Amino acid sequence: MGSEETVRKAGWYTLLVALALVVLLPIYFALVRAMSDPLTLTESDALLVPRDVQWDVFNRAWDNANLGGAMLRSLIVTVAITVSQVATSTLAAYAFAYLWFPFKRVVFALFMATLLLPLEVTVLPNLATISNLGWRDSLQGLIVPFLATALGTFLIRQAFLGVPSELRDAARLEGWSHWTLLTRLAIPLSRPVLAAFTLISFLGAYNQYLWPRIVTTNPEDWGTAPIAVQSLSSNPENANLIVAGSLVVAVPMVVLLIIFQRHIIRGLTAGAVKG
Amino acid sequence: MATVRSELAKARGARVSDTSRWREAGLALLFLAPSIVAFVIFFYYPFEQLVLRGLYRNNIAGDNLRYVGAGQYGDVLGGDDFRQGVWHSVQFLIYTVPVGLLMGTVLAVVANRRLRGIKIFQTIFTSTVATSTAVAGFIFLALLNPSIGLIKSPDLLSQPSTAMFGVALVSMWQNLGLSFVIVLAGLQAIPQEVEEASTLDGHGPLRRFFRVTLPLISPVLLFLLVVLVINAFQAFAQIDAVTRPSGGPNGATETVVFKIFENRTPDRLGEGSVMSVGFFVITFLVTMGQFSFLERRVHYGE
Repeated sequence: MGSEETVRKAGWYTLLVALALVVLLPIYFALVRAMSDPLTLTESDALLVPRDVQWDVFNRAWDNANLGGAMLRSLIVTVAITVSQVATSTLAAYAFAYLWFPFKRVVFALFMATLLLPLEVTVLPNLATISNLGWRDSLQGLIVPFLATALGTFLIRQAFLGVPSELRDAARLEGWSHWTLLTRLAIPLSRPVLAAFTLISFLGAYNQYLWPRIVTTNPEDWGTAPIAVQSLSSNPENANLIVAGSLVVAVPMVVLLIIFQRHIIRGLTAGAVKG
Repeated sequence: MATVRSELAKARGARVSDTSRWREAGLALLFLAPSIVAFVIFFYYPFEQLVLRGLYRNNIAGDNLRYVGAGQYGDVLGGDDFRQGVWHSVQFLIYTVPVGLLMGTVLAVVANRRLRGIKIFQTIFTSTVATSTAVAGFIFLALLNPSIGLIKSPDLLSQPSTAMFGVALVSMWQNLGLSFVIVLAGLQAIPQEVEEASTLDGHGPLRRFFRVTLPLISPVLLFLLVVLVINAFQAFAQIDAVTRPSGGPNGATETVVFKIFENRTPDRLGEGSVMSVGFFVITFLVTMGQFSFLERRVHYGE
């Protein structure tokens, strides 16, 4: 019995390690490439270990791309977008899940339709709007187009609909207002989904690329982190600096993920079963 | 209709009148207002601009804007260029969506168990959400490079028949984290007693997965499906970052969105606008179809 258990565990660990390698191999390869001397990179053999290691490549990427300022700007923009998206989505989700209003299905379809209009489609009219407001090269120009998202509305609505109707009926009998119902019942019971959406929203905002690239005319002073990395590409000799810069820019997100994820997964296990 | 509603409300012990009903609608409007304002300014208004712009055409220099009417819609949407773009978008979707659903489920099922150090694996599986598409694209450009990459032969990106698969690899990898997080959330919402009861009934792990677990996570898989389809249709940064020339050999990786992007210059803005509208209609129909078909089949557990 005991040894059978050990064999089973070893099997799961083998599977876990194999899957982890699938996920990590591209990142490892990028690291190897970043740290190798670009002049010897044209060798025809695959690079699984770094060649002629250049440890200063991260420093050079940091200085050349002015990553400090860019990452601070990214942080401000990202926090503003995330807080706003969570708030607007929660309110809209409550209306769709619990409130009566005419043409609800049509309004919901119109909300979901915005998910089908990628920024790539609306970017040129939106650029005109932001230009008319005089918001190019500004924080509000980077933030305002993303204050609401139907993705959050959809996800949180699903969670709200999952709140047992007996609990809602009981709350109504107690005479709770909608605001109390939202803040004391719906939000606490949907915490795991809210946490997951916050994470998705945060990462999405931090990693935005097309909009900040198009709306920013002066990347030196107004570029967000990915744009600052991209600005390295003007010099072809910077190939390894771009990879290094990409990894530097990804570090805070990975760190946040490690801290945040424990939180999320515990919240998921605890909160989800209680409902 | 109204009487049914008020009967129902009475049965639930609440008093309902027309005024309180409309007060509720007013509150709904208040809650929806911030989203509606944002959507009007940054989604519906630009969309309307595109629809109108599709009725006009410029000369090569990009000036002399003149009205050509709805005929331009027929010409562009029935044309080879647009049809080719649609086919490439569908190809990209076929490569990325099933893999995303499958890998998300595999990763989540394997990582959803009590083992020492499981949190580390869960963090690793989630990690791809921390990279941007541009960064992922750059990593894979290095990975697929025929002279220095890991995958040297075949040279995926230079062959028209395989270039799209090469680009799709970026998304297959980048989707791992998001798919994993979403399915894991669904798995962890399953009450432990349900799975235990199934084990006590003598169900093996496979039977338990298909008969108990899969139906219970089907709402989460529906959500993941919608997200993956939307991601696939909207793919742009990876195509732009990975393919040389941009758009791939013989335009093999030019999806609808890529063609829209290419038609952004003033002289072709009319065509680009028509394509944007056509793209929107297609994705709208596909997604509504998914909802009405799948909402009937998934198990919402009420």
